Amino acid sequence: MEKIIKFSSKTVVMANEDVDTDQIIPARFLTLPSKEGIGECLFYDWRFDESGQPNKDFILNKEESQNCSVLVAGNNFGCGSSREHAPWALVDYGFKAIVSTSFADIFKNNSLKNGLIPITVPKEMHNWLINNPGVEVMIDLENTLIQTQHGHQSSFPVESFSRYCLMNGIDQLGYILSQESEITKHENKI
Amino acid sequence: MLNNSPKTLFEKIWDQHVVVPETEDTPAILYIDLHLIHEVTTPQAFTQLKESNLRVRTPEKVLATMDHSTPTVPIKTIKDLDLVAESGPAEQIRDMIKNCQDFGIELYGFDSDRRGIVHVIGPELGATQPGRTMVCGDSHTSTHGAFGALAFGIGTTEVAHVLATQCLLQRKPKTLAINLNGNLNNGVSAKDIILKIIGTIGVDGGTGHVIEYRGDTVSSLSLEERMTICNMSIEGGARAGMFAPDDATFEYLEGRPMVPKGDDWHEAVEKWKQLVSDKDSVFDKEVDIDVDSLKPMVTFGTNPGMVMPIDSEVPDHEGNQSFKQALDYMKVESGKPLLQKPIDVVFIGSCTNSRLSDLKDAAEILEGRKVADGVRAMIVPGSQAVKAEAETIGLDKIFLQSGAEWRESGCSMCLGMNGDTVGNGQLAVSTSNRNFEGRQGKGSRTILASPKTAAASAISGFVQDPRIFGNN
Ligand code: SF4
Repeated sequence: MEKIIKFSSKTVVMANEDVDTDQIIPARFLTLPSKEGIGECLFYDWRFDESGQPNKDFILNKEESQNCSVLVAGNNFGCGSSREHAPWALVDYGFKAIVSTSFADIFKNNSLKNGLIPITVPKEMHNWLINNPGVEVMIDLENTLIQTQHGHQSSFPVESFSRYCLMNGIDQLGYILSQESEITKHENKI
Repeated sequence: MLNNSPKTLFEKIWDQHVVVPETEDTPAILYIDLHLIHEVTTPQAFTQLKESNLRVRTPEKVLATMDHSTPTVPIKTIKDLDLVAESGPAEQIRDMIKNCQDFGIELYGFDSDRRGIVHVIGPELGATQPGRTMVCGDSHTSTHGAFGALAFGIGTTEVAHVLATQCLLQRKPKTLAINLNGNLNNGVSAKDIILKIIGTIGVDGGTGHVIEYRGDTVSSLSLEERMTICNMSIEGGARAGMFAPDDATFEYLEGRPMVPKGDDWHEAVEKWKQLVSDKDSVFDKEVDIDVDSLKPMVTFGTNPGMVMPIDSEVPDHEGNQSFKQALDYMKVESGKPLLQKPIDVVFIGSCTNSRLSDLKDAAEILEGRKVADGVRAMIVPGSQAVKAEAETIGLDKIFLQSGAEWRESGCSMCLGMNGDTVGNGQLAVSTSNRNFEGRQGKGSRTILASPKTAAASAISGFVQDPRIFGNN
C-alpha cells in the first residue's frame, strides 16, 4: 500500500445528501472480478445516459472536475450496502478523500482500508466548501488537518490505528495475525 | 468497579468477545463466533488469502451460501447455470464453489435443500444463536440480532481478516435504546414498525450505534417479526439491531439442526437467559415509538427514511434539493397521496420479508383473488426450506392461481443482480429494504411496504391499503 501523509487537490462538489452505495456503484457491476478499472463504473447511472454516452450535466463529466482527487459530498455519504466496491470505484477513479458532515459506518471503515480518507468537517466549513467548488485544499493526514488556499481550516477525526496504517502503508491484517497467541487463548476459553 | 456496573445486552456480548482490548492507538480485536459468506463480497477476500498464502483459520465457523446473484428459476445441476445466468454471475457462483472447496468450507449450494438468503438460513439452521458475534459481507447482517446476537455487516477486506483470523478490528460502538410501546393493529406489520422508526430517527439516526429494541411490544413480536425489524436497523444507519432473547427465542431455536442438544441445550438456555440489559444500564440515546397508533407505512422517496402512513400525502420538500430530486425521480408530487397510484410490479421477498409468516400474510389477501391486469407479481421465498414449507401448506397454489410468479429462493429483485429486475421507469411495491434509485434495476422506482400492503396493491393494480381487505 502507498503511504499517505499529505496531498493537495482541487475539489469537486456533489452536494446530494444520503448518497448510497448503489449510486456509487450499481449492483450489476458487482460481478467484476478485479478492482482495476472498476472506476469506469463509478456513479454509472448518473454519469452515463441510456445509450452509454456521458451525461454532460453530471458534475464529474465537466471539464473543471477532471483530475480532482477530493470529493465534497452531502451529509451521510456512503449509506446502504456494505459493498467495498464503492471505495474501490472511488479510488480507481482517482479520489483520495471525501469531505462531508457525516459518513455511513461501513463505508467509512471500508474507505480507510483502501487509502480513501473520509473527512468529517463541521457544518460551516462544509457549507463554505459546497459554495466554493474547485478550490484548492490541502489534506494533512499527519496533523489531521484540512486547509483551503483561502485560509479556512478544520481538523478532522480519523481512527488512530487506520491513520497509522495509512501513513506507513501497512495492511491491518498483519496486526491481527501478530496477536495469534491471544486469539488461541480466547478460543481455548470458549 | 467497572465489572460491577450495570451493562446493556450489547456490552455483555462485546465484553465476552474482546480478545485484545481497545486502546487509544488500536481498536479492540473482537472474536467472531460465526462468519456468514456469499458469492458477491468474498471473491477478492479469497484472492487475498491465496496471494498471502493464508488458510481459513476455522472453516467450521463459516457458513456459506449463494443468494445474491443466484438465479431464481430452477436448475438441477451447476451445468445448467449458463442457460439461466449471465456470464458474470455464473462465474461468481462457480468461483464460490471452488473457493469453498479449496478452503474446506461447507457450502449450502444448488444441491442443498437448505440453500437460501444468508440471513434467512442462519436462523433456520439454528446457526444464529443468542450471545454470538456474527458478521457477513452484507449490511443486513443486522437481521440476526433478533436472537440476541451481536451481528453486523463488514466489507470485503474485513471478510479476509475474519477468514484468516476469526477476528475483527473494531472500535466499540455506542448504544441506542428504541422503546416500542403498544400493540400492532389489524393490517399493520413489523415492517411498518421499522419503517416508522427509520422515518423518526432518519437514515443516519443510528450511525455509530447499536440499537436495542425494548418496550412492552417486544414480548408480542414473533422471531420473524423481530428479524424484519433488526434487518432494517442498518437503514437507520445503525451498526446492528438487537432484541434480548426470551422464551420465544428459545422456542424458535429448540431442535434446529445447529443448536446444542440434550443437557447442553438446557445449559445453553440458562446462559442465554443472562443476556438482558441490566436494570440500571444506561444507553447513549433513547427513542420512544408508539405502536398503538401505527398505520401501514409506504415510502415515497429514494431512501427508507422518506416514509409516511399509507393514507397521508407526500410531504413538501421545503427547498431541500436532495429531497426534491427524490420526488422527481419517483414521479410523485408533494401534497398528493400515494394511494391509488398505478403500479407495474409487486415483489414479495428479500431478507426483510420472505419468511413463511410473510408469505402467509400475502396469501391471506391473495387467496381467491387475481393480480390486477398489467401488474407483474413475483414471490420469492427466502430459502429452499421456506419454499418447501410454503408448498406443504399450499401457498404456492394460492400464489399461482392469483397469477403471481413463484420462484426458487434468493435475493432476486431486491437488488436485481440475477436478472430479476424492475424495468426502467416502472414502479414497484416491494417488501425489500431499499428504495434507492435504480436499486431494483436501472431506472426502477420502488415503494417499500409490508407483505400485506404489497399483496393488496398487487390485486388492486395501484398502491392499496391492506386494511380494506378485512381482518388480517
Ligand atoms: S435480500 Fe437484498 S438486502 Fe437481503 S441480503 Fe439479499 S440483496 Fe441484501
